[in-house]
Amino acid sequence: MSLLTVTDLTVAYRSTNRSASTSGVIGPAAVDHVSFHVDAGETLGLVGESGCGKSTIALAIARSLPPTARVSGQVDLGGIDVTALSGSALRQWWRSEFAMVYQEPQAALNPTMRVGAQIAEVLRVKGFEREAAERESVALLERVAMTNPAAIARRYPHQISGGQQQRVVIAMALAIRPRLLVLDEPTTGLDATVEREILQLIADLRVELSAAVLFITHDLGLVERMCERVAVLQAGQIKEHGPVANVLVAPTHEYTRELLACAIPPGRTKHNDAILRAELPEVDRAGEHGTAGHGMSEQREAAPLLEVRNIVKRYGTVVASDGVSLRIGNGEVVGLVGESGSGKTTLGRIIAGLTVPDEGQVLLRGDAVAADLAHRRPEVRRSIQMVFQSPDSTLNPRHRVRDVLKRALLKLGGSSTVEQLAASCRLDSQQLGQLTSTLSGGQKQRVAIARAIAGDAALVVCDEPVSALDVSVQATILRLLVELQEHRDVALLFVSHDLAVVRYLSDRIAVMYAGRIVEEGPTEAVLAAPHHPYTAELLAASDHRAMDTGSRALFSAGSATVPSTQERMGCVFADRCPSRIDGLCTTTAPPVRLLANRLRIECHLDLGPEVDDPVAGEAARI
Amino acid sequence: MIGTRSAADPSRRRVTLVIAVTILALWVASALFGGVLAPFSPSAQLPRLKFADPSAHHLFGTDGFGRDVFSRVIAGARPVLTIAPLAVLLATVTGTVLGLLTGYFGGLTDGVAMKILQSIAILPPLFPAVLAVALLGRSTTVLVVVLGFAFMPIITWTVRSATLVEREKQFVEAARLRGESTAYILGREILPNIAGSIVVESTVRLADAVFSIATLAFIGLGAAPGSPDWGAQVADNRVNLQFAWWTVLFPAVAVASLVISVSLLADVIRERRSA
Amino acid sequence: MGGFLLTLALTSILIFALTNVIPGDVARRILGREASQEQVNAKRIELGLDRSILVQYRSWLGGFLRGDWGTSYTKGEPVRELVLSHLGRSLELGLIAFAVVVPVSLGLGLVAGLRNGTRTDRVITVLGLCGTATPEFVSGVLLLILFSVRLNWLPSSARDEYGLKGLVLPVICLVIVCVGYISRMVRASVVATLERPFVRTARLKGITTSALVRRHVLRNSLVVPVTALGVQLRYLIGGLITVELLFNYAGIGSLLLGAAQEKDLPTLQAATMVTGVVIMLTFVLTDAVYAWLDPRVRVGETR
Repeated sequence: MSLLTVTDLTVAYRSTNRSASTSGVIGPAAVDHVSFHVDAGETLGLVGESGCGKSTIALAIARSLPPTARVSGQVDLGGIDVTALSGSALRQWWRSEFAMVYQEPQAALNPTMRVGAQIAEVLRVKGFEREAAERESVALLERVAMTNPAAIARRYPHQISGGQQQRVVIAMALAIRPRLLVLDEPTTGLDATVEREILQLIADLRVELSAAVLFITHDLGLVERMCERVAVLQAGQIKEHGPVANVLVAPTHEYTRELLACAIPPGRTKHNDAILRAELPEVDRAGEHGTAGHGMSEQREAAPLLEVRNIVKRYGTVVASDGVSLRIGNGEVVGLVGESGSGKTTLGRIIAGLTVPDEGQVLLRGDAVAADLAHRRPEVRRSIQMVFQSPDSTLNPRHRVRDVLKRALLKLGGSSTVEQLAASCRLDSQQLGQLTSTLSGGQKQRVAIARAIAGDAALVVCDEPVSALDVSVQATILRLLVELQEHRDVALLFVSHDLAVVRYLSDRIAVMYAGRIVEEGPTEAVLAAPHHPYTAELLAASDHRAMDTGSRALFSAGSATVPSTQERMGCVFADRCPSRIDGLCTTTAPPVRLLANRLRIECHLDLGPEVDDPVAGEAARI
Repeated sequence: MIGTRSAADPSRRRVTLVIAVTILALWVASALFGGVLAPFSPSAQLPRLKFADPSAHHLFGTDGFGRDVFSRVIAGARPVLTIAPLAVLLATVTGTVLGLLTGYFGGLTDGVAMKILQSIAILPPLFPAVLAVALLGRSTTVLVVVLGFAFMPIITWTVRSATLVEREKQFVEAARLRGESTAYILGREILPNIAGSIVVESTVRLADAVFSIATLAFIGLGAAPGSPDWGAQVADNRVNLQFAWWTVLFPAVAVASLVISVSLLADVIRERRSA
Repeated sequence: MGGFLLTLALTSILIFALTNVIPGDVARRILGREASQEQVNAKRIELGLDRSILVQYRSWLGGFLRGDWGTSYTKGEPVRELVLSHLGRSLELGLIAFAVVVPVSLGLGLVAGLRNGTRTDRVITVLGLCGTATPEFVSGVLLLILFSVRLNWLPSSARDEYGLKGLVLPVICLVIVCVGYISRMVRASVVATLERPFVRTARLKGITTSALVRRHVLRNSLVVPVTALGVQLRYLIGGLITVELLFNYAGIGSLLLGAAQEKDLPTLQAATMVTGVVIMLTFVLTDAVYAWLDPRVRVGETR
């Protein structure tokens, strides 16, 4: 007997359209006769792309849809007919049976109320006295692994990090002790390491609560990690459902197959991605390993395409770049990976010229270029371009696609026509005439990419270009980037917090933490042991195997504060490092070691036999 | 249930728009074609018809000099609808340029400009207007210039805030990466995206300007003396309130109706944009 | 604080510049056409008009800061007493108006916002719109017709002999525009706040509606209207000119108007300057209230 039973749920909206003819008419169903059930202690994944209606289902169950919504069907939780509740009965149900965790924790919290008070509010309404509620809310914060719970309770939402905010929301859900817990994309926008901790927290809590859990996401990897059963949603209808093991391994419905095929299977790289290689056979490049970027050994002698030396950038007391040096060869894809605050975006922007470093040099083909974009010569500008993160902000909503490309070709001196450029990025001619605001996220990024390569750039800095896109769209954009890169021999600096994406694309990877590159080398070398301790953490976080409760102890909860300039003695990662050598790591700067496989690591630990590094002298930090 | 957004009835919004545009159109027509539309000359005196009640012959009655109130009310549209749009145009153009520049460049010039604007903006618009008109004379030019500068700060502030937001957008950075000039960035990248809020703000200022001009006319500081300003008509006929209410009511309602119609228009434009 | 003083300084320059661009000769205007040139010259020296503009400005500013605001050209009285007494009366009127505006517009705006879309909301919105669009002289005249002439409930002027009753109509007049504007702002803010995700989170905790409004909606909706209130006070003070004229009230507005018409420069300068100072103080106050309401401003980022 299931705890939650949803039968024939249908949601449509009354039209608020301006024209008299359609006003008042009920629009098409956003949710179309959906039925499913969830047992106590079980987690059902509700998966689909943006706009498929999964959030609408959550809100319908929560009885929180706008009044223009027309709902029919039944929702039954442990014998209670949820659709029939109203007034104080509904409030009672919210108080004790139902809890929801949302996508953006900052928006979900009242900015003018202290965090502890918001948790206590849940308890007061359940009958707790004021002091008891306050004590219990601190206890709840501790329960969700918040460091320093009493101090945090007195803070306002804007004073704590994204991960901490989400813990607060989870604490509020916990306080209700619900029988039904709905999670709507609870980790979108959080760093990989923080995501891992939050998911672990949720996994622990659902065991404790033995509630029915509805986990809504567009990420199939998360479904695999967190759910026992899954329902696949398309355009408001459930196309397939069943145990996760069955559906994801042997899907029966075509749409599910499409979804799975589209996404990049974990662990794949551009070299063994079957779908990509079907269209883009790999040219066998002569190199040491056959899979590395071309001719790295020759490049040692000739100047690399782009080099940055000893870049330092400070924002007040925060050090975004702390003596960073990096080389990028012709036609090479270098992945720059790290969490938010690591300084990876800053480095990308410095290379592009949008941010001016406090110290250090940027060299293009061996010649120093102006750090400030405004002072760069046109040839330099056309050689170094950038693709940005947010598709909505990257194009001027008032411009048409054709004008965007035409202008780029004009200013950057490209040789192709608008149509050729558009075609190379899989944009069809119909889209050329459209306003950019009418395009989808994936299409906008295509235009942004086309704009960047209009002048036959030699290096394109890509700053999290796929993070804001649905997983299936991500794959198409990544494949497009590989295609363009190989056809045009353009180098890419791919900045991202998502190691899985970076490993797919890159020839070399550089791992950044707190403004320093802690590990750098060819992709295979970085991913294989030995690792810098931070790389190990990132790898574990992106691992798609189901989690076990034991591994939680490895990682420190909450986000550590990044050391400022004054405090930077010793290794920047020392505070968080599980393998730290007390007395050494906190006082002395770690040496840069070159290991076999051209792997460069900055660590005190003994990680293996070292080789001579001809480049070490220039790149080392004093 | 409170707080859940009821759908705003679109037909009601359209009714509002129609009313506003109609009233505005009537007054604009009066300003442009007053000479043709008015049955009598606004200054023609008919001594034997002093304070005549409203009738079919004299729709709004006559005043103490036997002048047809209806014709005077129609004639009163022109001075207001000449000065107000000009003042707002001046405020909008200067305010937009200043707002774009200070918003985009920031820094010292921004700080200085903001301080200067704030010092203008401290005084209620009417104060410098009273000062200027009383001391410099009652001319159209003085009114346009002083009201224009009185309204400029708030338009500058609106444009500046909007520019600050757009400046951080990635398409502006992409333009810089292309090597676009500042003029291009301000004019072709930023301005098209803030034009909407400029229009809304200007329309609101227009209502404000009409308001101020009528008030100035009332206190005796309108445009040329003797012109049939609505405010002046109200002021002149205040003493006749008890026995000839029509000499006061109609010009007063004229003012209110024009201000309301422009305000409604501004509201509708604002709602259209945020929808 | 320094910023405010700088702004006031700039305002003083503005005022001084504005009042010194009049065509014609001040001294002659005071003495009249028949006065001889010697008398005019002597008067000019007496008034200090023979010095350079900069020196005149410095001397005026210095005097102002010391409390010496000169003597009225036309009334012959010391300006300071004149301005302060008129200011006092205006402040009385203004404070009463303010005390009415705040609760009324907050209340109306809140009700309209919470019941947005219903008939109550529409009525309040339309009335508010009419309020903002009606200049004080229009509403003043209409109020006079109704209450003073037709019904004879209230006196038609606000002179001292009528006491508080005389203040009722002028206050209503001042208040109409303000309430119309602020209540619409509050309404818009309430509607916007209700759509924010944290209101949904709060509602889903199962708290009562009144707790929802009190703790979550109210505080978060007031931030924007408070700043608007500061702006509106300016307009309220501007409205004093008309209202004081209409109701024969000897406040700073009518003083200013009279001085402008008579070209009584010292009074004009002092009255304008003092008004600027008062408005500046309201800005400071509004900023303080805003900071108190929004913890992001008060506490700042500490991450």
